[in-house]
Amino acid sequence: MNQIKSLDDLRKLKMDLQSKIDLREKSIDPESHIRIRVAMATCGIASGAREVMDFMVSALQKRNIDGIVTQTGCMGYCYAEPTIEVTLPGRDPVVFGYVDVKKCDEIIEKYIRRGELVEGIIPQNYQTIQ
Amino acid sequence: MAYKMHMLICSGTGCKSSESDLIAKNLHKELEIRNLTQDIQVVKTGCFGFCEQGPIIKVLPDNTFYIRVKPADVTEIIDEHIIKGRKVNRLLYQDPKTHEVITDSKHMEFYQKQIRIALRNCGFINPDNIDEYISREGYEALARCLTEYTPEEVIDTMKKSGLRGRGGGGFPTGLKWEITRKSVSDQKYVVCNADEGDPGAFMDRSILEGDPHSVIEAMAICGYCIGADHGLVYIRAEYPLAIERLLTAIKQAREYGLLGQNIFNTGFNFDITLRYGAGAFVCGEETALIHSMEGFRGEPTVKPPFPSVSGYLGKPSNVNNVETLANVPPIILKGSDWFSSIGTAKSKGTKVFALAGKINNVGLIEVPMGTTLREVIYEIGGGIKDGKKFKAVQTGGPSGGCLTERHLDVPIDYDNLIAAGSMMGSGGMIVMDEDDCMVAVAKYYLDFTVEESCGKCTPCRIGNKRLYEMLDKITKGESNMNEIQKLRNLSNVIKDSSLCGLGQTSPNPVLSTLDNFWDEYMAHVEEHKCPAGQCKSLMKYIIIPDNCVGCTACARNCPVNAITGERKQVHFINQEICIKCGACYEKCKFDAIEIK
Repeated sequence: MNQIKSLDDLRKLKMDLQSKIDLREKSIDPESHIRIRVAMATCGIASGAREVMDFMVSALQKRNIDGIVTQTGCMGYCYAEPTIEVTLPGRDPVVFGYVDVKKCDEIIEKYIRRGELVEGIIPQNYQTIQ
Repeated sequence: MAYKMHMLICSGTGCKSSESDLIAKNLHKELEIRNLTQDIQVVKTGCFGFCEQGPIIKVLPDNTFYIRVKPADVTEIIDEHIIKGRKVNRLLYQDPKTHEVITDSKHMEFYQKQIRIALRNCGFINPDNIDEYISREGYEALARCLTEYTPEEVIDTMKKSGLRGRGGGGFPTGLKWEITRKSVSDQKYVVCNADEGDPGAFMDRSILEGDPHSVIEAMAICGYCIGADHGLVYIRAEYPLAIERLLTAIKQAREYGLLGQNIFNTGFNFDITLRYGAGAFVCGEETALIHSMEGFRGEPTVKPPFPSVSGYLGKPSNVNNVETLANVPPIILKGSDWFSSIGTAKSKGTKVFALAGKINNVGLIEVPMGTTLREVIYEIGGGIKDGKKFKAVQTGGPSGGCLTERHLDVPIDYDNLIAAGSMMGSGGMIVMDEDDCMVAVAKYYLDFTVEESCGKCTPCRIGNKRLYEMLDKITKGESNMNEIQKLRNLSNVIKDSSLCGLGQTSPNPVLSTLDNFWDEYMAHVEEHKCPAGQCKSLMKYIIIPDNCVGCTACARNCPVNAITGERKQVHFINQEICIKCGACYEKCKFDAIEIK
């Protein structure tokens, strides 16, 4: 173990370790972060939702975008799987269908980065009781 | 690539004894089988506080809070939640009042009013990994103190924050540091009091098990302020897990150069050693603690001189409680204004309480000073168990008093509790209901203090014993009004003339119950009855003639043959022979036996 010999050393070490504990820090107040939920029910998994989720997690990390990616159960849009729901802070959630790795990339660059709507949005036509 | 999910498992002593280690092991095994060890991180953390519902697993980032998990549940959790994304409903928390299933602990009444400062890292980080502490601004407070502030500036911050000793004394921490700093000596010591002798108290244990580095960092900061290079932690030997975690933490801190010589290249040296208690409650008293560390019998000595002037080996020593120290790093990092904005006018910050007794949510909580007892018991605590009626809550352990229905809206702080006839103590809160006999409670506490008295001074050594004997006679219906008067007088004498805090406070449960439950004492003394039905010697087991069918089950099970009666005839219990064991009551299927 390298000795920590100054405040700068300590802060640098903290930065390096940040990513490991980041997930827990963000979970304290999820509403202030970008939340992405990937439908991972049987139809989702069968259409490749796992690859989408893996790609999403590593892409956000590489591109330095702060977001929480979780998997969820069936959202009901079985005809359009894989589906993902993206909630930007302060905005209503938006569901995208027929998501593959290429589409995922587009969603990150256009919707998440710039708030620009992308093709393939599934309109929400139900409400969940809280 | 970073982990996609974290599974936090509570590894405090409570959950450990409910096999949380095996749960962690099973999780590792199952994840390995499914090749998910790169995606899912399993972290063993400190106490979450919701001990009644342990063992607990928290899944992040979706914030699912699983309760009462068993090792056999692991496969289902992984298959359903991790792989298929479906939460395991039967392991989720259900609010006892609304019956609503709550998955995120943030929405649980138990957690909503809590502000976790001393417990900030418990249940969040792995205490065995210093890296996790550092990634949460660990040791930054120490670094800033050593490189940016003078000792006087740090002490000033501590004084402005209003932090008071959390061990029970409530002495202003900043002031204590200042006094120790001003003492002139070639050697000074920082002492951490981790004896935690109060029965039912486990605040300090949880902090040491869940976040040992916070205490280490605080001790180093204290050393810098007072001019000490050596810290001692006096920890009771009955806390093996806390000792293990502390030793690991000290070792890791040394490896990083955060303890030892020339810390942060500033020329400041500080290191910590452990000393082990041997099970004496009196060694929580600072002078007895110091003598125990010196190798003598744990007996208190008169103050002044205070340890800040003459303590361990005659040198100035600053003795602080674990929880007090755990509050130091956040005060340095966030400022005294932030800390003093929480709490009441004279009691700043938060307090950790160990909720126990007849309450639904038994566990560890941290609330801002000023929270009322009603909020703690009925909202955070979830109310009285089995829907029974609240009777009293004992705060401050054997040194405290009991508070009743009329005190429920008292905002909790040092001075209010004393005014109400009790004290804050170290934070143990035992809730009692209608089935608890307050005389028996006073007797229980005296039984404890009689055992624990060091014997040095007469009032405590002999006085407490007499108090116990008198209480014993009351519970057996052998007392009279004269005795009650003697009870009160003797209590006051012991309080006034004992050498140390143990004797000065041991009569508190007696005086407090006499003041608040006079009618219960009267019932015992004048009517030879125990209204709560606890004092066995005063209970009579009587057969109700109308209900008795003469099945002879009771007579056959009586260990002393106290029951007579022919088959199909009403039976009869001889009170002279009856030892009140309750066997007949258990056996009767016709509700024909009543306890009066």
